[in-house]
Amino acid sequence: MLRKRLMSEGAQGMVLISPTLVFTLLMLAVPLIMVLALSFWTQNYLTLDRSFSLTNYKTAWTEPMYQYLMARSLKISIFVTALTVVLAYPVAYFISFHVTPKRKAMWIFLITIPFWTSYLMRIFLWKVILGYNGVVNGSLMGLGLIEQPLSFILYNQNAVVLTLAHSWVPFAILPIFVALERVDRSLIEAAEDLGDNRLRRFFRVTLPLSMPGVIAATIIVFIPTIGDYVTPRLVGGPNGLMISNMIELQFKKANNAPLGAALAISAMAIVTCVTLVFVWMNRKFMRGPK
Amino acid sequence: MTQPIIQLSGVDKFYGDFQALSQIDLDIRTGEFFSLLGPSGCGKTTLLRSIAGFETPSVGSLHIDGKSMDRVPANKRPTNMVFQSYAIFPHMSVAQNVAYGLKARGLPKAEIHERVSEAIAMVGLQGFDSRASHALSGGQRQRVALARALVLKPRVLLLDEPLSALDKKMREQMQSELRRLQRAVGITFVLVTHDQEEALTMSDRIAVMFDGKIAQVATPQTLYGKPSSRRVGNFIGMMNFFDAKVLSTSGETVEVDVQSFGTVTLPLSQAPGGVEGCQSVGIRPEMLTILAEGRTAEREIEAVVSEVFYYGDMTYYDVNLPQKDAPVTVTMRNTAGRKVLAAGDTARVGWSPVSLLLLQ
Repeated sequence: MLRKRLMSEGAQGMVLISPTLVFTLLMLAVPLIMVLALSFWTQNYLTLDRSFSLTNYKTAWTEPMYQYLMARSLKISIFVTALTVVLAYPVAYFISFHVTPKRKAMWIFLITIPFWTSYLMRIFLWKVILGYNGVVNGSLMGLGLIEQPLSFILYNQNAVVLTLAHSWVPFAILPIFVALERVDRSLIEAAEDLGDNRLRRFFRVTLPLSMPGVIAATIIVFIPTIGDYVTPRLVGGPNGLMISNMIELQFKKANNAPLGAALAISAMAIVTCVTLVFVWMNRKFMRGPK
Repeated sequence: MTQPIIQLSGVDKFYGDFQALSQIDLDIRTGEFFSLLGPSGCGKTTLLRSIAGFETPSVGSLHIDGKSMDRVPANKRPTNMVFQSYAIFPHMSVAQNVAYGLKARGLPKAEIHERVSEAIAMVGLQGFDSRASHALSGGQRQRVALARALVLKPRVLLLDEPLSALDKKMREQMQSELRRLQRAVGITFVLVTHDQEEALTMSDRIAVMFDGKIAQVATPQTLYGKPSSRRVGNFIGMMNFFDAKVLSTSGETVEVDVQSFGTVTLPLSQAPGGVEGCQSVGIRPEMLTILAEGRTAEREIEAVVSEVFYYGDMTYYDVNLPQKDAPVTVTMRNTAGRKVLAAGDTARVGWSPVSLLLLQ
């Protein structure tokens, strides 16, 4: 008993987190290290050459096809992130500023309704909505607005961006909402008192002070979308495929797991770099001037 | 007298069923230091926020500088406010905070720079220009809030309990500094406070508010010396109350039968709220004297000391008077040679009809 009391705070903390820590090590760190190791090996048809080699990385970074897919993945996830944040901000703003405090919890709850159906289901629904004979085309043709079904809305990058943005908006609303809730209302009143109209005080006070939430939302959306695999597969068509689809292809059909691993590690490195930039920006916003 | 800078007439404010302000009629004169004083929840902040433009009166009119403020938003009013929390923009430096309003007006950079340094110097924050706002103490934040508002040269500066977040020493220092600033800039100050001492020491005039209504508007001396009701007298400083019955009124005097004191004749000026409906007589503790041996007073009552509170410079006595259940407070200055009594001692309490007030 006494010894337990004497245990340092740090040790106590370690004990508390150890189940999670063990799980994380086994399920995340170990596989990651294995993938990392794999990326330095070489596949010789059916055998695996375990000598150290950078060939896979050379292929991943120089082969135009991989460069192109990587660039496209980046581009799509940047579009998705931008669209998601732009769509999420007004909703978060509305709930934070225009919903009576008693109803806020209910509104947040309503936002989670899309999660009641599975992710896959929602993507399939988008297929129904955007398809050749889908809801959008059907309505537009029924109204006589178009003669032929629109083809640019499904099985391409637009569809991927739209579907992913829809999936991720709720995740972006929450951090922005939390940041807006933390904005001291008297600061906005002070801005009004000092002569700013509604629009100017939004850009000079509300938006800068909610930036930590915007950046958090950006990170939350950007990281998973760049590696998304299901959505491009289902609604992307041949032109909407992303890097993770290629990674899958290498691991399975192409039977070149080491190259797949090198692509995965490369994608991870790029995501890490972009995220670090955002983290650095967030710090700047949190700290204020100088 | 010149035209009042702020005129409120018949102002009511409702929040649902709750009435925050009721029939407010008030004129605030140009250039005065005016205080709204009252217990929390009396509507003083609502009144200040209505003047600033953050609340809209449900009924009644508000004029600032002769112009109706109907539908004039806060950003278009000739008022600026120092918020209770100071509301310093955390993402800006001291200079950026002070420049905020000037930038909103789109003034040229050189002029902004000049006026900002001037304002920062005025509140004694030279050298803090580029300091981040989170690295400031409470008193410094308050100065930034003051500079930020005063730099715009408003017609009226509104202060919402600006000193309540400061410690006692800082508060006293800021009180005299605010007074000095107000004299220097000549702007009308409207201060909201629940601290009667603060209101008395700083203001030219004070409005005392209870339950959304203005109870009395007067100078500090009048408010303390001639409160218009028992409630005001009790809120501003200490006061002892005695049951009283008006026997007769004749011309300039009123004859009253007062508990413990007996029948007295008072001039009407000692019934500041009017004689109608008066049921008590009040007297300030310092107007009663505990007589030393050999001393006499105009009127005397035998009393027994029940409690003694010794404060160093002052002694507060609770004494029991005949015909009165609750003890009466008497304060005495501890001058040289004056003996401090102990609980249980008998004492002669001296008083004079001049210091009695007939109140509702």
